[in-house]
Amino acid sequence: MKHNSGFKQLSLSIIWIWLLLFALLPFALVTIASFLSHSDTRLIEPPFTWINYTQLNNILYLRIFKESFYIAGTCTVICLLVGYPFAYAIAHLNDKIKGVFILLIIIPFWTSSLIRSYSLITILKPKGIINSTLIWLGFIDKPLALLFTNTAVMIGLVYNLLPFMVLPLLTNIERLDNRLIDAARDLGANRFTTFRRIILPLTLPGILSGCILVFLPAMTIFYIPDLLGGSKSILLGNLIQNQFLIAQNWPLGSAISIVFTVLLAILLVIYWRSMRDKTHQDLL
Amino acid sequence: MNKIPVASYLASIYLFFYLPIVVLIIYSFNSAQYSLMWHGFSLRWYHELFADTDLWIAALHSLVLGVIAATIAMCIGSLAAISLYRYQFSGRKLLYGLVFILILSPDIVMGISLLILFSLIKLPLGFTSLLLAHTTFCIPFVVVTVYSRIISFDNYIFEAAKDLGATDTVIFTQIILPLLWPALLAGWLLSFTLSLDDVIISYFVAGPDFEILPLKIYSMVRLGVKPEINALCSVTFALTLLLILLSQLALRKKP
Repeated sequence: MKHNSGFKQLSLSIIWIWLLLFALLPFALVTIASFLSHSDTRLIEPPFTWINYTQLNNILYLRIFKESFYIAGTCTVICLLVGYPFAYAIAHLNDKIKGVFILLIIIPFWTSSLIRSYSLITILKPKGIINSTLIWLGFIDKPLALLFTNTAVMIGLVYNLLPFMVLPLLTNIERLDNRLIDAARDLGANRFTTFRRIILPLTLPGILSGCILVFLPAMTIFYIPDLLGGSKSILLGNLIQNQFLIAQNWPLGSAISIVFTVLLAILLVIYWRSMRDKTHQDLL
Repeated sequence: MNKIPVASYLASIYLFFYLPIVVLIIYSFNSAQYSLMWHGFSLRWYHELFADTDLWIAALHSLVLGVIAATIAMCIGSLAAISLYRYQFSGRKLLYGLVFILILSPDIVMGISLLILFSLIKLPLGFTSLLLAHTTFCIPFVVVTVYSRIISFDNYIFEAAKDLGATDTVIFTQIILPLLWPALLAGWLLSFTLSLDDVIISYFVAGPDFEILPLKIYSMVRLGVKPEINALCSVTFALTLLLILLSQLALRKKP
C-alpha cells in the first residue's frame, strides 16, 4: 500500500490547505475582528472589547434583524405555496415535455439576476406595465406605489429565489412512489387525507431543502433591496455591506455577521433535528 | 383531470419568469431613452452597447476569471470528492461537513471574511483576490457534483484494477477520469456560471483595477435607467439560447 499513499496525501493536503486558508482562517478572523475596535487610521485595532455586541442591543439594529427574518420568512412561505403546486404539476407531465419545462425554469438563471431585477423596476414603476394595465382596465385611478416598498423587495426576492424552491421539490416529487398514493386512495382516503398523510410527509425533505435554499439567500442578497426597495428598506445584507464599505466600521460589521451566522446555525440545527425526528416517527 | 386550471397555473408562473426578460428585450429596440412609450424601432442601444469598450473589457475580465476559477475549482474539488469516496482518513466527516457548511454559509459572510484576510496579508484587491474568492466558493459545488456521481460507481472496478496491480495514479488516469468526465464538466459549468453571476462576494473583494461584468452592471443600474442594459440583456439571452440549442444538437448526434 505504500506506493498508493502519495496520491492520497497530495489530494488531501491540497483541499485541506485551501479550505483552511480561505474558509476557516477568514472566518476565524471575522470572529476576532468582532471583538476588536477601530479608528480613523486603522480599520481594526487591538483593544479587546464587547462593545460591538452590546451596541447591537439597540432598537434600530434589532428592528433590522426582525424585519430581515420576517421578510425572508414571508418570501420562503410564498415560494413554498406557489412553488409546490408548480413543481407537482411539472413532475406529473409526461417525460417528453417535462425536460423542456424544466429547462424553461433554468434558462432565466443564465441571464444575470441583476439585470432581471432591474427589469422589475420597469414593470413596477408608477408608469410601468402593472400600473398602466390596471389604470387602462379601470381598476385604479392613480398609480399604486409599488416600487421602493417592501412589496417590491418581496416580489424581487420571490422572482429570484422561486427556482431554488421548485428544483429540489421537483426531484423529490418525481421520486415519489405512486403506488403509495394509489394504495391510500384504494383504502378510502380522500384527496386531502392522501396529501396530508402520504404526499406531504414523503416530500418533506424536498420542502425543507427548498426552504433553506430560499431563506438563507433572501436575507443577504443586498442588491435586491438596494435596487427595488430604495432607501426605505434596509435588510441585514445591506447593513453588513454598509458597515464594511461605507461606514468603515469593520468590527461592528463583523459582530453583526457573527450574530447572524449563529442565528442561522441554530435554525439549521432545529431543522435537522425536526427532520430526523420526523423520519424516526415515520419508521415506527 | 382538470387540465385547464393546471395549464393556466403553469402558464402564469412561466409568464412571471419570462415577463421581465421579454420587457427588456422589447425596450432594447425602443428609440426613446426615458419614456416607457414606444417611440419607434431603433438599434441605437445596440450601437452604444458595442461602442462601450469599458463594458467589453469588464466582460472579458469576467470570462477570464470564470474560466480560470472554474478550472482550479474543478481540479481541487474533484480530487477532494475522489478522496472522500475512496479513502478512510481521520477528519473525513469533518471535511464532508465543512463542504456542506460552505455551500450553506451566506455569501456575504464569505465576502467580508475574505476581505479581512486580504487586507491583513496586504493583498491588493484585484484579479488575484477575485480568483482566490471565486475558486473558494466554487470548490464545494464541484465536490458535491462529482461526489454524487462517483457514489454511483461500481466499487469492484477499483478493486479489480488494484488486484491487477494498478497504482492510485493509474486508477485515477485510466479509470476514474474517463468515467467521471461528465461530472467534471458539470462541475466546471456550474462553477463557471456561479463565477459569472456572483455579485455579493465579488463586491467585497474586487478592486478598481480589475472591473468585472456583474459589478459594472450593478453600478450602471444603480445610476438609473440605462437602455444599454436592455440591449445587453437581449444579447446575453440570445447567447444563452444559442448555447442551449447547440448543446442539444451536440447531444442528439450521439447514438
